[in-house]
Amino acid sequence: MKHTISVLVENKPGVLARIAGLFSARGFNIDSLSVGRTEDPTISEMTVVAEGDEHILEQIAKQLYKLIDVIKVEDLTKAKIEFIERELILVRLKISSDEEKKFQQIAEKIGAQILKRSEDVLIAEVVGEQNKIDTALDLLKQFDIQRIFRTGKIAMKL
Amino acid sequence: MKLKGAEILVETLKREEVEYIFGIPGGVLLPIFDALYDSSIKFILTRHEQGAAHAADGYARATGKVGVCIATSGPGATNLVTGIATASMDSIPMVIFTGQVKRKLIGNDAFQEADVTGITRPITKHSYLVKDTQDLAKIIREAFYIASSGRPGPVLIDLPVDVTVEESEFEYPEKIELRSYKPTCLGHPGQIKKAAGLIKQSKKPIIYAGGGVLIADANRELKQLIDKTSIPITTTLLGLGCFPETHPLSLKMLGMHGTIYANYAIMNSDLIIAIGARFDDRVTGNTEKFAPEAKIIHIDIDPTTIGKNIPVDVPIVGDAKNVLKELNKIVQKPDIEAWLTQVKEWKAKNPLRYSQKGGLKPQYVMEEIYKLTKGEAIIVTEVGQNQMWAAQFYNYTKPRTFISSGGLGTMGYGLPAAIGAQFGCPDKTVFDIAGDGSIQMNIQELATAVLNKLPIKVAILNNSYLGMVRQWQELFYKKRYSHTHLVNPDFVKLAEAYGAVGFRIIRKEDVVPTLKKALNIKKPVVMDFVVKEEEDVFPMVPAGEAIDRMIEMA
Repeated sequence: MKHTISVLVENKPGVLARIAGLFSARGFNIDSLSVGRTEDPTISEMTVVAEGDEHILEQIAKQLYKLIDVIKVEDLTKAKIEFIERELILVRLKISSDEEKKFQQIAEKIGAQILKRSEDVLIAEVVGEQNKIDTALDLLKQFDIQRIFRTGKIAMKL
Repeated sequence: MKLKGAEILVETLKREEVEYIFGIPGGVLLPIFDALYDSSIKFILTRHEQGAAHAADGYARATGKVGVCIATSGPGATNLVTGIATASMDSIPMVIFTGQVKRKLIGNDAFQEADVTGITRPITKHSYLVKDTQDLAKIIREAFYIASSGRPGPVLIDLPVDVTVEESEFEYPEKIELRSYKPTCLGHPGQIKKAAGLIKQSKKPIIYAGGGVLIADANRELKQLIDKTSIPITTTLLGLGCFPETHPLSLKMLGMHGTIYANYAIMNSDLIIAIGARFDDRVTGNTEKFAPEAKIIHIDIDPTTIGKNIPVDVPIVGDAKNVLKELNKIVQKPDIEAWLTQVKEWKAKNPLRYSQKGGLKPQYVMEEIYKLTKGEAIIVTEVGQNQMWAAQFYNYTKPRTFISSGGLGTMGYGLPAAIGAQFGCPDKTVFDIAGDGSIQMNIQELATAVLNKLPIKVAILNNSYLGMVRQWQELFYKKRYSHTHLVNPDFVKLAEAYGAVGFRIIRKEDVVPTLKKALNIKKPVVMDFVVKEEEDVFPMVPAGEAIDRMIEMA
């Protein structure tokens, strides 16, 4: 099962390398990882989505916490804490004039924002939970997709 | 007071009460070595950086203090890697300094540049690349704190040369407070109570103690627990010395080359009290079949160790000394007379033994070393058969008297580690129990031992083979001795060339007189014991088997 783990770390050089290195050295599977600053510039927050059985997920949390620069680790899924999660995708598509109307309908349905367009190429963004992004990608498949770029998940609890 | 980075380094090390630094100078270290030139800290020049790392490690294991070593950028630093990994696997407190090219050149593939913090990231507890001279004192202070607290380990500080040249205000931070690092030292009272409950109910309990007991300096508390409960104890390789092996309740070492009675006892136990040990694969054998009826209490300061290899019933995160102190207050003696009788019977029936036939025996050499030193020596070992015989045929009765690379299994560890141990304990007799293979992996450190007049006794159990690998080839590869036979130099002449004393011992009757002679010589002595070539370490659990499926001497 996939778990969403929130990790607060010191905002110091090398921290990301330590965390990435930990996952590869211990053979843990990482699904996605996002990192960014928090309101406190000395602290960064990471959201790690990792997969494994209970034993592995416990080891992941403990091993993360063992890193000196890690301040706090919280397995949000395991703790059954309610949290908001978001991912963002950017999609570059080629749309012919025949497809325009259909695309508009789908864009509205999935809440896609068109960020930039030229004559026949456009870049759209979709923001949402993982399920929503998956559905959006499914629906967009019928068009000529040139590039998809998907961020990792970020999560926040109340 | 403004000081150069190099001076700040030396000043901070003095405040950390560093006695010795082991290492080798180099280009980017020139400012530091200039500052060391008239410092009170003793610098020990080794002949290879790996030797410096192991010497710092041996010093740390023998004394409990933080070992310090230093090497130059690039190859100097990469030569430390094996030593750092060795210390990391066995939780040894070390602070390692490496020189680095100047800040502007980092990443430019400069001369003797290597990404040392990158290379050592998985084998250090923590590491720093110092970017600013004004951070230096704080970083060094933090490094010593991190290295020696919690589950100890090596901490590396990479020092760009210009950081050591620039001046900054020197201020030694009195207190270190890290919001992201707070090791749990006190055990949870509820868990300790649960443990006491399980102990009271148990019918067939066993204590399984590891290196963590020695690190936590908890041997007295462990003794109290055993005095109170009469529970028999087995130790890991690194736990040797945490409880006197001469005591009737000691089952000596368990695992792949442990005693038959220790393995029987743990496999048949209904409660395992694991203290500062990590259920390593050399201990458990096949984990699926390990101690099927046993409940497990696991006391360890490192939460990642608990439940990693074996599911645990009562986890207790904390320092072994603190936890045992609390446990001893409430623990009650379980009713285990029948169990003790059984264990005693196993012990009487299955002693460690070896055949007296076939010439000089390495086990005999170890037994005589034990008798002559009365178990008071510090026994440092290399890795392989020599290490296992040293573990088996000597009774360890005191903490920090057995020093060996357990986790990483580093051949070439023994001689430099013995050097570090002898510096740390100048009044003790220090032996390096070696094989003819492993002694040659850091033989150059004989020069260090000779120059510093260290009376280390090197006992080479010379069987002309990489013996442990040969043993596996014998048992599992139809005696196809692929590249394990060694044609060796004349170790006596080699010792003499270095300025040490060399003896060759071929006959059994010469063992004791030579050992006696060696013990009276106040400089390094190399004893080349020419032992039976195809001698095996028994008992032995084949890899992947349950640990009560032991192969015994034919």
